[in-house]
Amino acid sequence: MIPAAFDYRRAQSVDEAVGLLTEHGEDAKLLAGGHSLLPLMKLRLAAPSVLVDIGRLSDLSYVRANGDTVAIGALTRHRDLEISSVLHEHVPLLAHVAGQVGDPQVRHRGTIGGSLAHGDPASDLPAACLALGATFTMVGPQGEREIEAADFFQGFLETALGPDEVLTEIRVPKADGAGWSFQKFNRRAQDWAIVGVAAVAGSRPGIGLVNMGSVPLRATAVEAALAAGASASEAAAHAADGLDPPEDLNASPEYRRHLVRVLVRRALEEAGAA
Amino acid sequence: MSILGNRVLRREDPKFLTTGGVYGDDLPGVGALWATFVRSTMAHARIVALDAGGALDRPGVVAVYTAADLDLPPVPAGMPGIPESMFRPVLAQDVVRFVGEPVAVVLTEERYQGEDAAEAVFVDYEPLPTVVDPETALAGGTLLFPDHGTNVATDFREPLDEHFFDDCEVVVRQRVINQRVAPCPLEVRSGMASWGADGRLTQWLSTQAPHSAKDALAGLFALAADQVRVIAPDVGGGFGAKIGPYPEDLVVAWSARAQGRPVRWTETRSESMLGLVHGRGQIQDIAIGGNRDGQVLAYRIDVLQDAGAYPAVGAYLPMLTKLMAPGTYAIPKVSASACAVVTNTTSIGAYRGAGRPEATAAIERAMDLFAAEIGADPAQVRRQNLVSKDFFPYTTATGFTYDIGDYMGALDLALEASDYAGLRAEQARRRAEGGPCQMGIGVSTYVEITNGLPDAGEFAVVEVLPTGTARVYTGSSPHGQGHVTAWSMLASEQLGIPMEDIEVVANDTDLVASGGGTMGSRSLQAGGLAVHEASMTLVDEARQLAAELLEANPDDVVLDKIEGRFHVAGTPAVARSWAEVASAAEERGGLRVEHKSSPSGPTFPFGAHVAVVEVDTETGQARLRRLVAVDDAGTILNPLLAEGQRHGGLAQGVAQALLEEVRYDADGNPVTSNLADYAMISATELPSFELVSMATPTPVNALGAKGIGESGTIGSTPAVQSAVVDAVAHLGVRHIDMPASPQRVWQVLQDSASHKGSE
Repeated sequence: MIPAAFDYRRAQSVDEAVGLLTEHGEDAKLLAGGHSLLPLMKLRLAAPSVLVDIGRLSDLSYVRANGDTVAIGALTRHRDLEISSVLHEHVPLLAHVAGQVGDPQVRHRGTIGGSLAHGDPASDLPAACLALGATFTMVGPQGEREIEAADFFQGFLETALGPDEVLTEIRVPKADGAGWSFQKFNRRAQDWAIVGVAAVAGSRPGIGLVNMGSVPLRATAVEAALAAGASASEAAAHAADGLDPPEDLNASPEYRRHLVRVLVRRALEEAGAA
Repeated sequence: MSILGNRVLRREDPKFLTTGGVYGDDLPGVGALWATFVRSTMAHARIVALDAGGALDRPGVVAVYTAADLDLPPVPAGMPGIPESMFRPVLAQDVVRFVGEPVAVVLTEERYQGEDAAEAVFVDYEPLPTVVDPETALAGGTLLFPDHGTNVATDFREPLDEHFFDDCEVVVRQRVINQRVAPCPLEVRSGMASWGADGRLTQWLSTQAPHSAKDALAGLFALAADQVRVIAPDVGGGFGAKIGPYPEDLVVAWSARAQGRPVRWTETRSESMLGLVHGRGQIQDIAIGGNRDGQVLAYRIDVLQDAGAYPAVGAYLPMLTKLMAPGTYAIPKVSASACAVVTNTTSIGAYRGAGRPEATAAIERAMDLFAAEIGADPAQVRRQNLVSKDFFPYTTATGFTYDIGDYMGALDLALEASDYAGLRAEQARRRAEGGPCQMGIGVSTYVEITNGLPDAGEFAVVEVLPTGTARVYTGSSPHGQGHVTAWSMLASEQLGIPMEDIEVVANDTDLVASGGGTMGSRSLQAGGLAVHEASMTLVDEARQLAAELLEANPDDVVLDKIEGRFHVAGTPAVARSWAEVASAAEERGGLRVEHKSSPSGPTFPFGAHVAVVEVDTETGQARLRRLVAVDDAGTILNPLLAEGQRHGGLAQGVAQALLEEVRYDADGNPVTSNLADYAMISATELPSFELVSMATPTPVNALGAKGIGESGTIGSTPAVQSAVVDAVAHLGVRHIDMPASPQRVWQVLQDSASHKGSE
């Protein structure tokens, strides 16, 4: 419960953070809200030699309506998403999901960028971003680039983010009036989901799955079935198709496959997606 | 007008809510070294090599000690009958027997240095076959203590007469798992040891029983009793897991002497989940028999207790389980058998309820199974078999004599408060609709034993100072319960001195001469009684003295409790205050009464709970919606404090039914050693409790008080478990083991459906 020794550097700007990451390479880790990284460090499952603290880059904390999208600064805390009137108007699913992350202490410290960059398949926000078809902006030594959420999550706790890149912005298509649902199945309110389903209906329907594989996933088989005119329960029957869910204390792979079919059906029904 | 029985706010709280408590880790500890323990990563292994060399070069490291350095004998089990060969070495010697067992200690100038240095201590383990399952342990293929020749630590087995159930029309049998749980006090273990130049040891411990810790330390270091002082600072919960000093505490004391400097430690949560004792851990085979009209005639329970690696209190829990086996029921024939075995796991201790929740869970499960078998309502079957209130004191088939009870009254209150008939109607409606959200109703009744230790008394001193204020010294050991409030209420009631002018002194063996500590729900009926009786004696002595000052006959002098003054009856104008009397007493050694209470026996609190759960039959998720609790603890001194005890107990009881379980993999690796993996309950998983008052005073003590600390834990677990089973009973389910996790409930439903399908 006491982390290994590390150096601590506080970045005053994104450019400085990129510079520090470039300087220290793979040994450095970005520190934002700290609610994914610090527990791993305390258990000594992670031991970065340098922490680059970007937690005070307040210009990366915002939620703005911008044309057809809503732009969210990567350092926006879960609590600020939860109560954002912009999100409530245009992307209520995301506000709701942010309000389901962890407990109040976590939500007041954790950031959306930190959660996405950690790439934990058991986290709620990656699945929501997948369902919503979000786009991420990253800044590195070569400047800025963009990537679709669907291309971002690459392996267990691995993302497209380079070791010298900083995730700066999340852009989410507006989904005004579209039906949505978030089914978080867990034993205690503050726990990670055993299985979670984020669904959005409307003109850009999407379904994201929590804790159904080594990465946050899109339920592509369900989406395809819906596109082909399947009913909610017909489509939901495909929710576990091709998936290899993990085994842990709370659920066997078989139980997860069962749960995801039930939860996807409920999500589609609630969202009115079929 | 009496203050007793009122909702007096806790005097303790302003401090805890403002500046906060001072816990072990908050002690200043100037100049103290930090102790960090190197812990076994293997469940069962021979230590082939142990090399501290790598750690000694690390920054801040002052010393590393192993068993070879310590000249301390193994720790006695503290219970009669446990063989010496099973005593626990202070640091592991040659063999480690559970993951988390300390094998070395690293002393450093700063705490964080210890964490790094401990990683550099090299231990070479040669793995031994691991025994995790108690039945495997009983079979004895692998022995934890080969010298003892068996894994059986305590044996209370009794054969069952083959004709035991002969007169029964119906017999139902079930294996029931009362799973291993972790007490999880919010404050982990913490403490410090410091030796004076005079060779006197002062040790700060996060403990429920400073005086027995003092005796243990004195014995270990061969010191006279007055050469050891134990201080418990504020203690953040114990739940039975902080009764005795732990081997780590002994190493801290030994290290402080070896170094000539104070040494302190505070474990991490991950360490605490392995090092602090666990609770429960029984495999129960139950059989209940009776007639189809609902009369229960015979009950048998076979208990296999998991004692963990080093047997101590846990090995004796099945004794209590056996004695409390029949619970609230008048069953003509009861037979109970038990033994405890060692396994390569954390030792089992006396977690909240300790032996009685296990007994209650078993008999309540048995009553439900019996009711289901004969197709009767479970509340009705209970009603039919409860011990009638006219039969007290009541001696059970297992040999206990219950002081007083009205079990039917408690059950009726709980059924009425929950609108049991209405609940059944709602359940029927939902079943008829056939949706996924089904409702279950669980009923439990319970009786338990409190203050059941052989020495039932407790020590107290009450004194009044020349300032007119009072001090109460108590051998009870407050750690959250509200003793300061309760004891000053009791003293104020007799002395007529306002509560705020009464200081309560506890948890320091230099200030309080003796004490039994706080455990087994004993405080009020033992320690409170001592304060009550000492206060009355003190008033008598003060009255004698006041009579001298008033030049009156002592029999004519009365204490005006409103004014706090003594006067001759009928002439209040001429009076002597407490300050005057105490000042006059100065030359005679002061106004002070030392007293040890001697209650005539243990008490048997009882009650009835009704739980309502909703089970999602598609996912297996069970959610507790209501919990109605009738808990009769006799005369209530302060309802606020009693409710606090009930709330905490209910929460921990619900937790066992729905959420909590300590788990190991097949190699004895713990897989629930932090609070993310171990599903400790929180407020979000609980409804607002519906507490129903019932108070049947006990004749055993002058306060009429029984214990309340553990009742909630005992009654709620079976009610909630029963409710989960009841929610899916119409789908062919009779039993679901605890915790009723979603996966387990779903699996039971799957099995039931496939069983039906194959019929």
